[in-house]
Amino acid sequence: MSVVLWVVVPYVALTVFVVGHVWRWRTDQFGWTTRTTQVLESRLLRLGSPLFHLGVFAAIGGHVLGLLIPKSWTEAVGVSDHLYHVVSVTAGTVAGVMVVAGLGLLLARRFVTGRVRRATTRMDKALFTVMAVVILLGMAETVAINLFGGGYDYRATVSVWFRGVLTFRPEPELMTGAPLVFQLHTLAAWVFIAMWPFTRLVHVWSAPVAYLWRPYVVYRRRTARPAAPAAPAAREPAGR
Amino acid sequence: MRVLAQVAMVMNLDKCIGCHTCSVTCKQTWTNRDGVEYVWFNNVETKPGVGYPKRYEDQERWHGGWELDKRGRLRLRAGGRVKRLLTLFSNPDLPDLDDYYEPATYDYDTLISAPAGPHTPVIRPKSAITGEDMAITWGANWEDDLGGAPEHAHGDPNLAAMAEKVRMEFDKTFMFHLPRICEHCLNPACVAACPSGAMYKREEDGIVLVDQDRCRGWRMCVSSCPYKKVYVNHKTGKAEKCTFCFPRIEAGQPTVCAETCVGRLRYIGLILYDADAVLDAAGVEDPRDLLEAQRRVFLDPDDPQVAAAARASGIPEDWIEAARRSPVYRLAMKYRVALPLHPEYRTMPMVWYIPPLSPVLDAVTGAGADADDPDNIFHAITDLRIPLEYLAGLFSAGDTGVVAGVLMKLSAMRAYMRARTIDGKVSHDLLDSTGMTADEMEEMYRLLAVAKYDERYVIPPAHKEDAAALAAQADGCSLDGEGGPGMSGFHPEGLTGRRSDGRTALKLFVSGGGTA
Repeated sequence: MSVVLWVVVPYVALTVFVVGHVWRWRTDQFGWTTRTTQVLESRLLRLGSPLFHLGVFAAIGGHVLGLLIPKSWTEAVGVSDHLYHVVSVTAGTVAGVMVVAGLGLLLARRFVTGRVRRATTRMDKALFTVMAVVILLGMAETVAINLFGGGYDYRATVSVWFRGVLTFRPEPELMTGAPLVFQLHTLAAWVFIAMWPFTRLVHVWSAPVAYLWRPYVVYRRRTARPAAPAAPAAREPAGR
Repeated sequence: MRVLAQVAMVMNLDKCIGCHTCSVTCKQTWTNRDGVEYVWFNNVETKPGVGYPKRYEDQERWHGGWELDKRGRLRLRAGGRVKRLLTLFSNPDLPDLDDYYEPATYDYDTLISAPAGPHTPVIRPKSAITGEDMAITWGANWEDDLGGAPEHAHGDPNLAAMAEKVRMEFDKTFMFHLPRICEHCLNPACVAACPSGAMYKREEDGIVLVDQDRCRGWRMCVSSCPYKKVYVNHKTGKAEKCTFCFPRIEAGQPTVCAETCVGRLRYIGLILYDADAVLDAAGVEDPRDLLEAQRRVFLDPDDPQVAAAARASGIPEDWIEAARRSPVYRLAMKYRVALPLHPEYRTMPMVWYIPPLSPVLDAVTGAGADADDPDNIFHAITDLRIPLEYLAGLFSAGDTGVVAGVLMKLSAMRAYMRARTIDGKVSHDLLDSTGMTADEMEEMYRLLAVAKYDERYVIPPAHKEDAAALAAQADGCSLDGEGGPGMSGFHPEGLTGRRSDGRTALKLFVSGGGTA
């Protein structure tokens, strides 16, 4: 059972994630978009969307720090267990509150505003459901267990297992002892990852960073530029 | 010097009767689909009026177009690149659907399916967005012929710069129609604002397009266009805009709006311009110098050096020849009667307008004088501040001298031709006052008054040797049959289909009831 949950599920999800993205990129450039609805409603979006996105950036940063960076590394640079705990719980709670508040506003917008409700597809609904479950379970870990509860050092188990999955040396037994909330958050996250390529989330990979150094006005030729633009007959090879 | 060719348009506003045929035929051709019910690539506004979308000319609010920063360099008015990337999550300058209008349809089925009874069945307007009952309170031409002007038109941003007394009087004084399409600017702010690089200007003909496969829905183009001529398709979440009917242009035909124009007020032709000079011209300090700066970017196709440079840039011989016959070049550069709309936005727009004499004539008649007497009109042009200031606010960054010069020339032409045809006299005074020869005057008259199809539209077709590439590009529209359901769940129902190569694309045919 533990092999299914902590080895098979992750690899199936990751495979769907990779293959799904390749397939979607190749067949559905047209659907590769944020599917913005700001023109339909902007008052709730103005608050909800920045809260959600900035909160998610912080949460992703926290996950990189907690999952990908081994405990021994942070200890090597002098970060004690206690210091890590304080920082991760504080920053995690702040980020979590931002994400929950932002997502709450964005979901409320989808329910309350008829215009946006009409623009919501079935895939959107499935995505928002899974996303809400993942986020609430993650909040439960940070707030209920690590802030008010006894605390759980996931860096000794979950993180090691996660790096094992990524390096193709999975150790499922590391997860079997983790608290149920951690197990559920992890499983829900795999579902979320498997859905990713089939949802509007693909817009994440199009974050327009290259805009910062691109020339302002983009010119394109209808035809490939001829090899020797100076030659008067240069347009002819375009028929190739 | 890098010579490029631009397909450009001039509209003669005196001839526009506000019939909206251009808007309707454009809509039937391009935006009769789901998600763009509220979109009019071509619309006709009554001026003074707030326009479509409401108050789009108020750049204090929408931050469209360009401005000069403290060091005198061109910058998008919405801010620098970093600032705008930080507003990706929520664009503070984006108009709402209500700034356009909520599109309506009717529950027509009620008329057909109502049981027999003593009363005629009644249908109610339904929102084309939500399907719910709605009251229609605004539209793309709500202010037609100054309808509701006392209530709304004082919101026209062009009136803000004028004196209070003038503002109160305008609706008694004059009105005219202003048909608008995308300006296909030389320095397009929408293209510059697009984070994805999905918007581009075609090198061959200058038409500005959105690559539907690369648009990611960041919607910066919509707010950065000061003319608000890029729109969000609210179903696909992607930008759409006036295409200058490029498939027709490539075939040597005029745009649909021009083809169907009842007043025959549109002219289409080529302008050769120096692409390397555009940025410097758009960056001149005084907005009132922008008109002349833009004219200096245009190149004289009769100049052998220009023709040689054009050939060197790969512009084919028949295009250079077409540029020499271009009605747009003649109206903008030779007779200098065409002016750009809001040059102060610094986008170097390429749809120009011959300002209307009718506001002045209306004012003369309104004052009880004879509008056929050229002297009265000349005096009115110099004395009547109201229409002149307003027109200058639209077409010359507030420089009344420029607009007055054009109106003088137009009325001089009328007077000259009246004297010629009725009295059989050639008025040398009128020729001297405009600095034109008799031949030039008659040529201008011919172009403005009687020009036939072939003279109004001088459009060289795209080259046959490019045909293979063109066909490949046009594949974006050709779906296999009805296209099937597309990718169920990814896109709203019925919006997309599969192309012959297996990729998903927008279905360009109607999929539902009519919209109003």
